Amino acid sequence: MNVPQNLRYNTSHEWVLVDGDIATIGISDHAQEELTDVVFVELPPVGKTVDAGDPTAVVESVKAASDIYSPISGEVVEANEAVEADPSLVNTDPYGAGWIFKLKIKDAAQLDSLLDAAGYEAMIA
Amino acid sequence: MSNIQSSPLEDLHLQLGARMVPFAGWNMPVQYTSIMDEHAAVRSGAGIFDISHMGQFVVIGRDAEAWLNRMLANNVAKLEPGQGQYSFLLNDAGGVIDDLIVYRTAKDEFFLVVNASMIDQDFFWMNERCEGDVSLANESSLWAGMAVQGPDSAAVFARACPGQELPPRNGIGRFATAGGDVIVCRTGYTGEDGFEFFCAASSGESWFRGFIDAGAKPCGLGARDTLRLEMCYPLNGSDLSPDHTPLEAGLGFFVDLEKGDFIGREVLVKQKADGLSRRLAAIAYTGKGAPPRAHYEVLDADGQSVSELSSGVLSPSLGQGIGMAYLPVGLAKPGTELQIDVRGRRFPAVVVKKPFYKPSAQKA
Repeated sequence: MNVPQNLRYNTSHEWVLVDGDIATIGISDHAQEELTDVVFVELPPVGKTVDAGDPTAVVESVKAASDIYSPISGEVVEANEAVEADPSLVNTDPYGAGWIFKLKIKDAAQLDSLLDAAGYEAMIA
Repeated sequence: MSNIQSSPLEDLHLQLGARMVPFAGWNMPVQYTSIMDEHAAVRSGAGIFDISHMGQFVVIGRDAEAWLNRMLANNVAKLEPGQGQYSFLLNDAGGVIDDLIVYRTAKDEFFLVVNASMIDQDFFWMNERCEGDVSLANESSLWAGMAVQGPDSAAVFARACPGQELPPRNGIGRFATAGGDVIVCRTGYTGEDGFEFFCAASSGESWFRGFIDAGAKPCGLGARDTLRLEMCYPLNGSDLSPDHTPLEAGLGFFVDLEKGDFIGREVLVKQKADGLSRRLAAIAYTGKGAPPRAHYEVLDADGQSVSELSSGVLSPSLGQGIGMAYLPVGLAKPGTELQIDVRGRRFPAVVVKKPFYKPSAQKA
């Protein structure tokens, strides 16, 4: 199972990549494998403000729709239209081309409550 | 049913990497690799499904034909030995208790294949009504079942059962093996050519492996659902229920109102004379959209709520959202514009002719 060291993780299987005051969010390799073939991604509108724990996007497989929760609070500054056009990117490249949305971070202290790679790996073991 | 039951093939499924889920009181494989891959295998080659959860009843006796004709909506008198037909067990209001396939295996002997979730209810309902020279036996726990489906099914059968012949479409055959008799039925739930195969529970694993070795890809209930919905084959409990008659479900072809009395007949005759008020329609998205699913709200073109989907899925063959819903007859005509509500977003859809998908040429 691929769990990159440079990311933080939510217990609901989202990852966060921090670059300055911008956080990129997607779902983990483990999550995409559990969901199986992703056939649809519903993106949040740019400009939407979300709180940590808010359902912010939806990822759907053939069998089920799953909410994607924002791991931290902030304002949506970009949504990945590439996964809307080709949802399978979430399966094939969950930490790269399969990212889902970007937030302008409201409170960087929230990042401390997320899991690091070792913690997430232990959780899914 | 409180206890979850296990298929005789469960150990094999786990060895094959299946993801197991509870379905109709049974722990069954939902997929092995991917629903999309398994769906494609059945449309283009051959797949094999465990159907051991389904029930088998045997009806024997001089009065078996007459009694079954009172219990079931289709006409078993039309069956020669070796032939089968799709039929319904109806309640007194003409609603569907179960949909099933009944085969005539001899003049006074019938083999019924019923839905997993309904085995106990069906048996109780029928057993309570047994009369004349009729014996009804529930053989569900004796048999393992598997369905081989896809354009290559006949080739898979030829490799796995050398020297044996597949029965013609809707037919049933039986042959002896070292592990006991096996039953082969030329039917399925995918729209492709194929057969359902029943053998002693103890030899199920070796037969399932044998069909895989002969070229069938293991497929789970996920693909079974997408394949059947592309064909508009109903799922009991979703598209069929005690509240809807087979006429409302658009399955009047499998009901014989002329054969004499049967349970539910009066209601159906009246419904036919008065005209239907609602009908199960096939609905397809006109563009891209979030996958439709059972219970999503269906609205008319003006945004008035008119129904909910009984089934829905993103069709792997068509890449399009498809579903079925009971609609007022005025809205059930092909070409009628509708909308499907998905979490507050409305996707344009249209009533289409059944089925959604035309399978490769049937060989029979």
